[in-house]
Amino acid sequence: MPIPTPFHERTQPLCTSYRWKDWAGYCAVCSFDTSHEREYFAFRESAGLLDATPLYKYEVSGPDAAALLGRMMVRDVTKLKVGRVAYSCWCDDDGKVIDDGTVSRLAADHFRVTAADPTLHWLQALSRGLDVELEDSSARLAALALQGPTSRAILRDAGIDEIDSLKFFGVTRGTIRGIPVWISRTGYTGDLGYEVWVEREAAVDVWDALMAAGGRHGIEPAGLDALDVARIEAGFVLLGVDYFSSQKVVLESRKSTPLELGFGWMVDLERGNFIGRDAIAAEQKRGSIWQLVGLEVSWVELEQLYASFNLPPSLPATARRDALPVYDEAGHQVGQATSHTWSPLLKKYLALASVRRGFEAKGTKLQIEHTVEYERRKVTATVAPIPFFDPERKRKP
Amino acid sequence: MSDLRGGRYDAIVVGAGHNGLVCAAYLAKAGRKVLVLERRHQVGGATTTEEIHPGFKFSCCSYVVSLLRPWIIRDLELPRHGYEVLPLEATLTPFPDGRYLLRDSDPERTRRSIAQFSPRDAEVYKRFGQQMAELGRLIKPLIDQPAPDPLSRDPRELLRIARLGKQIRGEGDAWLFANVKMMTMSAVDFLSEWFECEQLIAPMAISGIIGTFLGIRSPGTAYVLLHHYMGEIDGSFRAWGLPKGGTGAIAQAIASSARALGVEIRTEAPVAHLLMQNGRAAGVVLANGDEIRARAVISGLDPHRTFLHLVGEEHLDPEIAQQVRRFKMRGSSGKVNLALDALPELTCRPDYGPHLQGGITIAPSIDYLERAYDDAKYGAFSRQPFMDVLIPSLTDPTVAPPGKHVMSIFVQYAPYHLKEGAADWPNQREAFGDAVIDTLSEYMPNLKSLILHRQVLTPWDLEQIYGLTEGNIFHGELSLEQLAFLRPMAGWSRYRTPVRNLWMCASGTHPGGGIMGVPGALCAQAMLGKRAV
Repeated sequence: MPIPTPFHERTQPLCTSYRWKDWAGYCAVCSFDTSHEREYFAFRESAGLLDATPLYKYEVSGPDAAALLGRMMVRDVTKLKVGRVAYSCWCDDDGKVIDDGTVSRLAADHFRVTAADPTLHWLQALSRGLDVELEDSSARLAALALQGPTSRAILRDAGIDEIDSLKFFGVTRGTIRGIPVWISRTGYTGDLGYEVWVEREAAVDVWDALMAAGGRHGIEPAGLDALDVARIEAGFVLLGVDYFSSQKVVLESRKSTPLELGFGWMVDLERGNFIGRDAIAAEQKRGSIWQLVGLEVSWVELEQLYASFNLPPSLPATARRDALPVYDEAGHQVGQATSHTWSPLLKKYLALASVRRGFEAKGTKLQIEHTVEYERRKVTATVAPIPFFDPERKRKP
Repeated sequence: MSDLRGGRYDAIVVGAGHNGLVCAAYLAKAGRKVLVLERRHQVGGATTTEEIHPGFKFSCCSYVVSLLRPWIIRDLELPRHGYEVLPLEATLTPFPDGRYLLRDSDPERTRRSIAQFSPRDAEVYKRFGQQMAELGRLIKPLIDQPAPDPLSRDPRELLRIARLGKQIRGEGDAWLFANVKMMTMSAVDFLSEWFECEQLIAPMAISGIIGTFLGIRSPGTAYVLLHHYMGEIDGSFRAWGLPKGGTGAIAQAIASSARALGVEIRTEAPVAHLLMQNGRAAGVVLANGDEIRARAVISGLDPHRTFLHLVGEEHLDPEIAQQVRRFKMRGSSGKVNLALDALPELTCRPDYGPHLQGGITIAPSIDYLERAYDDAKYGAFSRQPFMDVLIPSLTDPTVAPPGKHVMSIFVQYAPYHLKEGAADWPNQREAFGDAVIDTLSEYMPNLKSLILHRQVLTPWDLEQIYGLTEGNIFHGELSLEQLAFLRPMAGWSRYRTPVRNLWMCASGTHPGGGIMGVPGALCAQAMLGKRAV
């Protein structure tokens, strides 16, 4: 049974919809109201405050901390400067992705790793013979994601003087109402946004401080349903939905590589060895079998399809994770869409999909399954670049 | 070709309202060279957002969007040009006794709220919505096409009408009866066939009168209710939305799209009158005396302004002039926009919450609304008017400084023709504003203490500033006798006018007013179809 997070006493009375779900063993809000829509628009127009405590967090410290993570991560995090954050995935020896997360360099010999799945065993396995100290800080640290265009003004009003000098993917210490916190300019919405890390005992005070400072900036508590729409617009893959950890799957075909997931930009084969390097190098020569792409589903065809049933178009109100087959124009299945949603902002039906090699080029016309009145039909879906939504304010100084 | 036949431009659009811009964009998309001339310093016409008080952006006239057609949004790629719509779900109706009715996207919550007044109505409410959607289903496609014209002798048009007739027969007798009823009944009578409690009937009935000089008990107002069930923002997801950055941002997005397609837009370029040659429109003459020629001129102005001012009666057939004068303008509404220091507190529900993010409707009873109409009938503004109140800054923080708010108040009735004459409006403007604020203060006691700035727009102001004849927000009343093939007049419902080479593209043509864009798009399509440009 899931347990409450440190913010539960605040989120529980606000969650008038009683819509909760299990996130890594914690009770997490799906949406506070019956519809997640206001929370979604808060992410995009003002600011949404989301309890991100269930993320797994690990402290890696000691003289060999950089060496350990340099070996584990696909991306070269040894060169990461203090006060910077890197997004990376990590692989097994076969170059198959285990998980993805952020690596923050809090001090020269102190890193914090976030992960979607429990990762202590993997860190421990890699730490043998190294002078490092590992701590699973998942329960000790509470986390809040404050995401949206007014998030910076809220943190400024909450007394974080460092906020205006904090660059995209930067991390800094600060205090809110005298409580020490870590603030990173990171998030899962693809918008201007921050994540605040605090000891669990002080968690509620930080929530209260942010809600108070956010009152004049349109802050709204937000849940996972709103986040799911935003992260698809931002083109972020989700472990267990868009790909699966190589340590958990039974079938080899279910595993994914960094190149297949669009993480190729993280890979530097010239640097020293890291786990999965040789396999990735071989794949680079050979070519990948799959490619993660964005799809834009033709709204005109959806309208026509529904009209043929004498119905107005109706799509699920929330982001969906039921995988849909994707076909080429000849009708052969060439992949699957793993996340899909209507984007209220872009006025498009978007999907993240894995397609076979040869079908990944921008503008390629594919077909996606769509069910109307129990009948399975197909509509055109065009390969589009991700992120679908990439506002300037996200990285603006 | 254009050089030989009419100067540099294929077409000149007079007035950069949203329909004028849409029309220009569609023509440019088809490769035509188009010039848009706007009298004011900015585009948008009544689709405008202006910083009236420093830091506060008022959507001075139109304030919500419902029927902007998805196909226009797609064709003109408006999201890429900054078009964003935020949800506007709830309608809160406070009552003098301290109770309130809240209707929002949660059907169970809505049902419970109605049930405090009538458990029976609470159950019927959803069925009513379904029934209306059903009725609207056949009507709705008509707003995306030129109005079916029974006067036409074109076999294609007759075929279309025959097909429509067959479709209507296919819907069965019940559908037909319901439609005939809607066309002839008053909003109150029609709603009373369904509902018993007036706390629900009154706020629902107002959709039948907005922008008309009719009361909720006037015959024909039932039909306009139907329009409420045809709105769509994202496909069919909901009825109403709040444009980000105000309605002016919609005009900016359309203008940006039009410019990207090659349209030239000149602001502060008032047109004095048409350039007439041999009884045809050959271009325009600007107020500064410049002449600009084009193959066609498209008026984005209302029918009165188009024919009686732009063309001039001296160029018009007297019969036509008479028809134009008969086309009812008679504005009946005003607008009060406020800059607020903080959020006002509602007596009926003082807490902050999503209920404030929708519309707040001041329509407490049927008699209240009818009395408001009584004032107007005899040439005075309503002492206790119907009001549709919105606080857009709650959803869209970009329109006010942090912690502060803008409030948009649509007010009806404010008849253009005061018994002292329309020109007396400047003398009565502040009294009108006071009546609005006093009435609203009965529901929000601390409102007055929060007002930093007040903008009062009477129908006379709407005419002076925005060129809306008699302050009519729809370019002519949306009453049955002025709709479809009768808009703006019988025989001229296809965007063409009795003046050769002059076309009309705005709300005075089918399907009418509101930020819809359809008149503009259909006008462009008609012109291209007739090879007029």
